[in-house]
Amino acid sequence: MGKTTLIQDPFNLIITGVGGQGNVLASKVLANMLVNKGLQVTVGETFGASQRGGSVMSHMRISGVSGWSPQIPKGRAHMIIALEPIEALRVLSIYGNPETDAVVNSRPVYPVGVISGEQEYPELEKISQWLEEFSRNHWILPATDEAVKLGAPILGNIILIGALAGIGVLPVEREGFAKVISKIMPGGKLEINLEAFDIGREMVNGLHPAA
Amino acid sequence: MSTIDEGRSGEIRFLQGNEAIARGALEAGIKVAAAYPGTPSSEIPERLAEVAAEQGLYMEWSVNEKVALEVAAAASLAGLRSLSAMKQVGVNVASDFLLPLAQYGTRAGMVLVTCEDPGALSSANEGDSRQYARMMEFPLVEPGDFQEAKDITKWAFELSEELRNVVMVRSVTRMSHASGNVVLGDIPKSEVVARFNYEGSPFGQMEGVIDSAPPLAAYYHRRQQEKLKRAAEIFEDSPFNAYSGPDYPELLIITSSICHLYCKEAIHVLGISDRVGLLKLGTTWPLPARLLEKHLGKSDRVLVVEDLLPFLEDNIKVMAAELGQKIGFKRFYGKKDGSLPSVDELNPDLVEAALTKILGVEGPAGPEEYRKQMEEVVKIGAPARMMTFCPGCPHRASFWSIHNALTLDGRKGFACGDIGCYALGTTAVGFETLKTVHAMGSGAGLASGFGQFKPFGFNQPVVAVCGDSTFFHAVMPALVNAVHLQSNIILVILDNGGTAMTGFQPHPGVAVKAIGKESSAIDMADVCRGIGAEVKVCDPFDLEQTQANLLEMIEGEKGAKVLVLRQSCALSPEKKHKKMFDMSVDQTLCLGDACGCNRLCTRIFRCPGLVWDKQNKKARIDSVLCVGCGVCASICPRGAIKKEEAV
Repeated sequence: MGKTTLIQDPFNLIITGVGGQGNVLASKVLANMLVNKGLQVTVGETFGASQRGGSVMSHMRISGVSGWSPQIPKGRAHMIIALEPIEALRVLSIYGNPETDAVVNSRPVYPVGVISGEQEYPELEKISQWLEEFSRNHWILPATDEAVKLGAPILGNIILIGALAGIGVLPVEREGFAKVISKIMPGGKLEINLEAFDIGREMVNGLHPAA
Repeated sequence: MSTIDEGRSGEIRFLQGNEAIARGALEAGIKVAAAYPGTPSSEIPERLAEVAAEQGLYMEWSVNEKVALEVAAAASLAGLRSLSAMKQVGVNVASDFLLPLAQYGTRAGMVLVTCEDPGALSSANEGDSRQYARMMEFPLVEPGDFQEAKDITKWAFELSEELRNVVMVRSVTRMSHASGNVVLGDIPKSEVVARFNYEGSPFGQMEGVIDSAPPLAAYYHRRQQEKLKRAAEIFEDSPFNAYSGPDYPELLIITSSICHLYCKEAIHVLGISDRVGLLKLGTTWPLPARLLEKHLGKSDRVLVVEDLLPFLEDNIKVMAAELGQKIGFKRFYGKKDGSLPSVDELNPDLVEAALTKILGVEGPAGPEEYRKQMEEVVKIGAPARMMTFCPGCPHRASFWSIHNALTLDGRKGFACGDIGCYALGTTAVGFETLKTVHAMGSGAGLASGFGQFKPFGFNQPVVAVCGDSTFFHAVMPALVNAVHLQSNIILVILDNGGTAMTGFQPHPGVAVKAIGKESSAIDMADVCRGIGAEVKVCDPFDLEQTQANLLEMIEGEKGAKVLVLRQSCALSPEKKHKKMFDMSVDQTLCLGDACGCNRLCTRIFRCPGLVWDKQNKKARIDSVLCVGCGVCASICPRGAIKKEEAV
């Protein structure tokens, strides 16, 4: 296995979202793809409150050298993948800096305080303006909407992994994805996952109609 | 699905800390595992249960942690290597047995894994079980990364057999629920015949009766302390204690567990690896004296980095005092001088800040202006996410009824809560129904007390709420107490068909064992009737019937009554991805803000699947989140929320 070099070492990636969106699975799939490339990966997860509507975060450290802390130092994330729009803002405020990139699912999951009318949820346009101002590059993708068309809204997480592969900052590609999915999700789930992966990849490259 | 027994020696796998611990136990040739689920420990027994049949293990979910530790101890006495895993509060439950266990000692290797939760990320407290190792005099080891999580667990079994005592392996959330690369070892194939030998002298460790009558207790205690001395000797050369840095550092950092990686990160960020030494201890009780003498002798300043209480710091200070003449005076930094906090979890930034201050160095400038601006953005643009019950959670319906019944009664009745998802009943998502939350079983125990205070003018109705797994774990003795002493309480058991909060492990009320085989379910309603309580069972989704039952019990005769509210968890395997009803809001019937209900459905009921459509100014179903439990149809005064049988 050849030595894989990274544009940053360690490369610090955060996957964030709300409980039930498949955050933990996304980090597991991505980490296994990278470990198969001969890299050392450390993933720290906060999911204790996940199934009860709380914010969820996976901190991923990717290195050709060694394992690192499962918590990324503040202000040092290189890339944020957000399964929910305002979670991108929340994570940027703690771990972001002007050079951080963000891939963001457009579908809101309203906090219970928004449902009850005590809190306001911002317009997507406003979120987009903030991302423009506070990230280096950002992509807002209708991942859940596309996943709904595939018949499984949960696949929004895989669409975003596909998007990450399309952006090309990490050594992740289709073949490695297929290998990991076959391993951790046997039972005929490969085809639909590959479809989701391709949609994400095409979206960031402007090849998908929904992009 | 990959299982933890896959992969041969030398292969690299990406494993969660808990999976690495379970793999280490397999590589040690474990035969028996017993546990009670609790975040962040549950994956250890879960992963072992998955391979139990293939690997010839006996694995059980025990009724509580004390019984789990007793089952594991029985294995050790019968010559089988065993493991018991629990979260920090579980060690408190098991501790009554842990003292005599550690005093007598063990036979085959026995490991107690405790997974603790600095920062209380998924707990009601920040309990720190390291203290038990010193208090009850047994060895404690702590892995410093994921590879060590596997290797130290495997070694702990060998250590346990060398000493003939239980060994505690301590992990924390950031280790247990984090993952990294792990190089595997082999899983041995071994056949052991189990036998408990009691024919020899009670003074013998490997045979004979286990008794504690005088003079045996003192004899065992002396033997226990000799074991601890031997442990300290073994720890002097342990590969799990490692030093990196200059020969004579300006500052010596001593650390353990996941904090080792925070220290490594902070040293890297500050670029001070030529000035600072890092001594990572894997064996944290008893401390190896000569190893510490060697390192303490080479630096005048010492920073101890550990989560929560100054356990390591205090023990090192005692040792430094004993070694005083040899190593000279040391300046200590850590919890006591305020360099690091002793509440909440540590992280690389806190260690970096402590080092910056102690050494007078400047870290790389953070994006301060950016951070300030983003804080403003979050304030206006990212509303906080309070925890809530899942869409379709039976607890929302149960609390709706308990709250309404107590309100209708009008005497300021209240409910005492317990440990589980339903502890959210203290907040608005549970209509602020719960007024106390302490420990497993404590809601019923407190209620049993409140229910006795009528002679002092106490007239508030008292409800205790517990889960089904909690009922078996710790509520039964409190219910016996309440029934026997005729305390005036209503115990509501929220029976959602499993230990739901931790990932749906079975309990004695479920007809399945840890390894998936069938078992006989114990009917908790029958248990309560057997104890002598008046019992009713109903479906909490039937709001009308539930409230009628509660009101009848509140107004009824004195004594303890039990209402079992039976409805499966919305995330239970049989319900997941299946809708009971297709829900919709009839936009012609919903009057929106013009209705006198004042948005009862969204402002008060607060199910994530039912949202307020700001444009239409009416309620709307979020079809991605709604799981179709149908309860909201019962709360709309206009009947605008429609349910249709899902196809």
